[in-house]
Amino acid sequence: MPRIRVEVDGSSYEDDVEPRLLLVHYLRDRLGKVGTPVGCDTTNCGACTVLMDGLSVKSCSVLAVQADGREVTTVEGLRAGHPMQRAFHEEHALQCGYCTPGMIMASIDLLRENADPSEDEIRDGLEGNLCRCTGYQNIVRAVRRAATEMRRPASEEVTS
Amino acid sequence: MRPFTYARAATEDEAVAACTDGAAYLGGGTNLVDLMRLGVAEPARLVDVAHLGHDRIERRADGGLRIGAAVTNGDLAADRTVRAEFPLLAQAVLAGASGQIRNLATVGGNLLQRTRCAYFQDVTKPCNKREPGSGCPAREGEHRNLAILGHSAGCVATHPSDMAVALAALDAEVRVRGREGTRTIPFGDLHRLPGTAPERDTCLEPGDLITAVEVPPLRMPSRFRKARERASFAFALVSIAAALRTDVPGGTVTDVRIALGGVAHRPWRARRAEERLRGARASGEAFLRAAEAELEAAEPLRDNGYKVPLARNLIVRTLSGLVAP
Ligand SMILES: Cc1cc2nc3c(=O)[nH]c(=O)nc-3n(C[C@H](O)[C@H](O)[C@H](O)COP(=O)(O)OP(=O)(O)OC[C@H]3O[C@@H](n4cnc5c(N)ncnc54)[C@H](O)[C@@H]3O)c2cc1C
Ligand code: SF4
Ligand code: FES
Ligand code: FES
Repeated sequence: MPRIRVEVDGSSYEDDVEPRLLLVHYLRDRLGKVGTPVGCDTTNCGACTVLMDGLSVKSCSVLAVQADGREVTTVEGLRAGHPMQRAFHEEHALQCGYCTPGMIMASIDLLRENADPSEDEIRDGLEGNLCRCTGYQNIVRAVRRAATEMRRPASEEVTS
Repeated sequence: MRPFTYARAATEDEAVAACTDGAAYLGGGTNLVDLMRLGVAEPARLVDVAHLGHDRIERRADGGLRIGAAVTNGDLAADRTVRAEFPLLAQAVLAGASGQIRNLATVGGNLLQRTRCAYFQDVTKPCNKREPGSGCPAREGEHRNLAILGHSAGCVATHPSDMAVALAALDAEVRVRGREGTRTIPFGDLHRLPGTAPERDTCLEPGDLITAVEVPPLRMPSRFRKARERASFAFALVSIAAALRTDVPGGTVTDVRIALGGVAHRPWRARRAEERLRGARASGEAFLRAAEAELEAAEPLRDNGYKVPLARNLIVRTLSGLVAP
């Protein structure tokens, strides 16, 4: 069995894994990080989105062995009160909550590329994440709000 | 998923040596891992080729680009040179899949992704591509999204890649490292028409590793467009990658490239339309006649006749946009 070394949410892990083990199952079943759900079986819904070396990926289509030597961030690795999480809560961007961890992680990746996305750019950037409940309106609003907040420290630095 | 072994190759030599019969290369895995989960692909071994140093985009002496096979779709679409000088390529890549998938998907894997024909992906159904000789239920069944050109009695599938359509228009070449050494394949020869062997998507032999894609300079206005059922996150019904140059604005066509996606088993280079246009005056009328000449060869199936006018209109509108942007 191949041995992998991964950094997940700030801690290092070294494990022997079967090659067919999917990253999402490694995270959930081996590491107990059940904050990342599985919502489909053909890489469609985006619920399982995590960051790998800072880029969003669908952890249900990544083999755990592919993550060897990489850094993975799940929704559980966000610092408490992360602006994105708060914005989702405050804008009522979730109902059943199933899509939420993936939406949050994909949104964080979206802001990495574009710190001030328009509504259309947000819809476009989240095209790989499906939500059956909210109709997306509040999700878009939450991402706009988080973007404003996350830009703030930098602009304050400039003016002070 | 069937058990398999996994090897991460560090060099081309190692990769090709490890890819014995029954093994498959692994790029980002965004297509292969799905197919393994569905039981459509059951390789005995995966040879991971994402770490061979093929992850760079290099400028060639003639101004073209050499794109490593392991460059991710995300990095390709974000590359400044690609966006500025080969906009149709960046547009095509961005039109495909979603951010999470583009972050993992590689150039090599994108070219070799398998068809999205629903029967191919369902192991409980017959399918000549998956199981040669078992039949093609799509021909009489669900084929709204399938081919109108170049199909055979045995298979009416389409190639799903958007990026490949742009590379077809760009006259790209594919660098391949095989068991017998390296070779270069003109892009138009990589993908096959189904004929009597629909199980073969391409001309590649077992063990062949794509190492890079060579793109000659373009130096003319270009554009990729994609018609799909929803505004985002859907495969093409019909797509087009086109480039056009005229001697003076609104004058005579001196060079033109047109490739269509979603219409055939391979990216469809519209050579007949191109021939008609070369030397002709660039006008809506000429674009229409050229499109019609190309689509004369179309043989739509019962439920996909809509693709013929869709392709025609895409050709006319895209070329018109290139002369009067
Ligand atoms: C939900 C979803 C939506 C999508 N929508 C689109 C879309 O709209 N348009 C579009 O174009 N694509 C779309 N895709 C497909 C996506 O672009 C492909 O899955 C991806 O490009 C494949 O690249 P990969 O590196 O992950 O390939 P892999 O899955 O790793 O491999 C694919 C195939 O290529 C072979 N291979 C990989 N690398 C090499 C190499 N270097 N040499 C030889 N063989 C190799 C593998 O053995 C395998 O057979 C979508 C995918 C998903 C899951
Ligand atoms: S069209 Fe091709 S892929 Fe689809 S069922 Fe027929 S043989 Fe299989
Ligand atoms: S669980 Fe649906 S995309 Fe991963
Ligand atoms: S909140 Fe239920 S799926 Fe999005």
